[in-house]
Amino acid sequence: MFYLLSGMILIFSVMTVTSRRILRSAVYLLFVLVATSGIYFMMNYNFLAAVQLTVYAGGIVVLIIFSILLTSHISERAKMAGIKQSLLSALAVVAGAMLTLIVIFRYSFVRSSQQAIAYDVKTIGRHLVSYGSDGYALPFEVVSILLLAAMIGAIVVARKESKIK
Amino acid sequence: MMNYSYTLLIPLLPLIIFFFLGLAGHKLKPMAAGIIGTLGLGVGAILSYYTAFLYFFTTARVGGALPAIEAFKVVWLHLTDKLVINLGILLDPISVMMLVVITTVSLMVHIYSLGYMKGEKGFQRFYAFLSLFSFSMLGLVLASNIFQMYICWELVGVSSFLLIGFYYEKPSAVAACKKAFIVTRFADLGFLIGILILSFITGTFDFVTLTNPTGPAITHVGGITFMGLSVITWSLILVFIGGAGKSAMFPLHIWLPDAMEGPTPVSALIHAATMVVAGVYLVARLFPIYALAAVPGLEVVAWVGAFTSLFAAVIACTQTDIKRVLAYSTMSQIGYMMLALGVSGYGGHEGLGFMASMFHLFTHAMFKALLFLGAGAIIHAVHSNYMTDMGGLRKYLPITHITFLIACLTIAGIPPFSGFFSKDEILVAAFEHNKILFFIEYFVAGLTAFYMFRLYFNVFWGKETQYHHTPHESPATMTIPLMFLAAASIFAGFIPFSELVTSDSKVFETHTEWIVAIPSVLIGIVGIGIATLLYRKENNLSDRIASGIKGLYTAAYHKFYMDEVYLFVTKRIIFNCISKPVAWFDRHVVDATMNGVAWSVNVVSEKSKGFQSGQLQDYAYWFISGAIVLVLLFVYLVH
Amino acid sequence: MIQGIPLQYFLVISTLMFFIGIYGFLTRKNMITILMSIELILNSVNINFVAFNKYLYPDRLQGLFFTLIVIAVAAAEAAVAIAIIINIYRNFKSIEVDNVNEMKY
Repeated sequence: MFYLLSGMILIFSVMTVTSRRILRSAVYLLFVLVATSGIYFMMNYNFLAAVQLTVYAGGIVVLIIFSILLTSHISERAKMAGIKQSLLSALAVVAGAMLTLIVIFRYSFVRSSQQAIAYDVKTIGRHLVSYGSDGYALPFEVVSILLLAAMIGAIVVARKESKIK
Repeated sequence: MMNYSYTLLIPLLPLIIFFFLGLAGHKLKPMAAGIIGTLGLGVGAILSYYTAFLYFFTTARVGGALPAIEAFKVVWLHLTDKLVINLGILLDPISVMMLVVITTVSLMVHIYSLGYMKGEKGFQRFYAFLSLFSFSMLGLVLASNIFQMYICWELVGVSSFLLIGFYYEKPSAVAACKKAFIVTRFADLGFLIGILILSFITGTFDFVTLTNPTGPAITHVGGITFMGLSVITWSLILVFIGGAGKSAMFPLHIWLPDAMEGPTPVSALIHAATMVVAGVYLVARLFPIYALAAVPGLEVVAWVGAFTSLFAAVIACTQTDIKRVLAYSTMSQIGYMMLALGVSGYGGHEGLGFMASMFHLFTHAMFKALLFLGAGAIIHAVHSNYMTDMGGLRKYLPITHITFLIACLTIAGIPPFSGFFSKDEILVAAFEHNKILFFIEYFVAGLTAFYMFRLYFNVFWGKETQYHHTPHESPATMTIPLMFLAAASIFAGFIPFSELVTSDSKVFETHTEWIVAIPSVLIGIVGIGIATLLYRKENNLSDRIASGIKGLYTAAYHKFYMDEVYLFVTKRIIFNCISKPVAWFDRHVVDATMNGVAWSVNVVSEKSKGFQSGQLQDYAYWFISGAIVLVLLFVYLVH
Repeated sequence: MIQGIPLQYFLVISTLMFFIGIYGFLTRKNMITILMSIELILNSVNINFVAFNKYLYPDRLQGLFFTLIVIAVAAAEAAVAIAIIINIYRNFKSIEVDNVNEMKY
């Protein structure tokens, strides 16, 4: 199961970044996101997977598709970067990947010896609003303000210029 | 012992007047500036006569010799313990004699210029420069130290430059003053090298020490040699080269005829009486070293002098510009003086040549200044320099005529005028040393008489030219100096020079050697006779002779093409073969290096400009690469 | 802990996804595709956090919450980015990233 999902992720992400048609890239992105939430399901993170599907796959990808439709022709072929740019970026990317993989495989990960806890919605909810030592109320509030600011910002930036009479 | 420190005033007064007139002169009325300049020299002249009287007649002799007195001394540069450059005043027979000559001639020129330069633009500037020149020349002769003499030597060159180029709007004057300065400067290079070698060998700059017969210069003879001559000889030959430049000896003479572009009083002062004898003075100053330690140098001096006097006399026979005839005559007479020094020995009767040279210097200053000032009066009356525009002037300019005639007789060596006595001594000295030199000089004496009287007859006799307006006699300010100098020319011959100025400052007896005197007078009369024949009355005898010796005549008329040779050497050889490659090197290698540095900086900056390209993905690329490199560094290379 | 799948496999997946996202960011010309690559990057980070949380620290929820917050922030950021892209489209009539280069030398 894992191998299937991970294979999907990899193949579709490669196709996202190399596809010539923008809409197809968006769709491949959708598949990647769905596969990611599949992995979350596999790990028993049900709430997170649900959130991922809702927000990412349902919200962001839709937003992206709308903006594609707003700003370009559907059958327009995207221009790809020149050889020099592709080669240099590929080089940098491969170098970085090698470096990271080497680090990962050399490091010995130490598992904590504590008792596992459940991941059901009730526990998550309780932790979300508690402000004790294990509570996440503050980040919760900050994120809500951030979303407010982002919403206002997006409206301000994207509205049409008001004509002064 | 007399206190001679007042002699400091003699050069100092003209210096102060130079600064005053130079800075504030244009605010004064011209006549006021002229009077101030003349007064300064007048005081200087009176002080010089007083000094001469005191020195020659009241100073006690030391061992029979007149002492060399240091009237003033101040330490200027203390280089090492032994090598010190002082500034001071040295009183010595030749320097006191030169004091008298310089101040007298300068005073006469100052008075004369009041009349001659009247109405000229830049009158005050002229007097300022005259004062500067007087200061420099006085400093030169009174120098106690060879370096001080060099400083004043250069100053004299500068004053000459300024005065020759006085009419700076005339291109020929500008070219002439440049030529004078460059040629003399080039000769001064030799002088400087000579000074350096001499001071290196002897360890001192001071004249008294250098010329001391028991001092380091002379007893150091047995030393290093170079190509057969000792180092002292080489240094003295180099010093003589410097002197030859200033004194217009062949081949460094090319500047003197062109220097006639300056106003006539300048020619009288500088190029007849004072500056051009600076070279002779230099050799005389260092004479003990020449005579006792560097005798081959004296041979060089003698032969250069003899050749120059012959060369100049031949050219003077063909020139038509009266000032140029006088310039070549000066060259010739200075050749006499150099020759006299060259054939001289040291001490007693051996030093006859030295005494004769100094005597001739004295009398020459008087009569040559007289000749030039007279020429100035003629030019002032006729408004032209050329003999072809003159003739029959004896009716119109009586005083000028008489004084000019006296001067011509003097230079021709007719007794009892002073020229006879001084020239005769030179001929005797030459006769005793080397017969060839004697015969050259003997022939030149005849030529001198010939060309001077050619000049005289062409100007004052001959067919009368139609003048635009009647020439009139000069004003009193111009004729009084003429009369004074004429009197000096007549009576100076009777001064007993051998008691006053000799090679070792001791007295010796001279008497007229009739075996030399009578032939010299005879050849003078022969020269005058030929000139009378050719030029007194209008005839074409001279033209027929000239066409008979056509080649020689043309060559002499063109000054033996020396100027063309110089131009060829400088333009073709020096400019093309040396200057051009050096200039090319400078432009293409040195400048190219600097340009290359700038160019490379430019290239680097153009390339680095790309970092701010405004392209988002470029920025991201460098960001990611930088992050990867940093991680690499910190994970692997830092322990 | 999932049977038979060591932690490193998840990390490999997330690493590869991360660098593929970077490659897309550096190579694509259309701004929206760049945005999509950014989403890929963010997702890979999410997988990373969740894997660590599951395997190394099962007693805590930090990874989970961090991932939630990252998802929220990514959503906000995508919205603002789309707004900016639309504005650029109006002004430059093109959303090629090469054309938006006025802040340069």
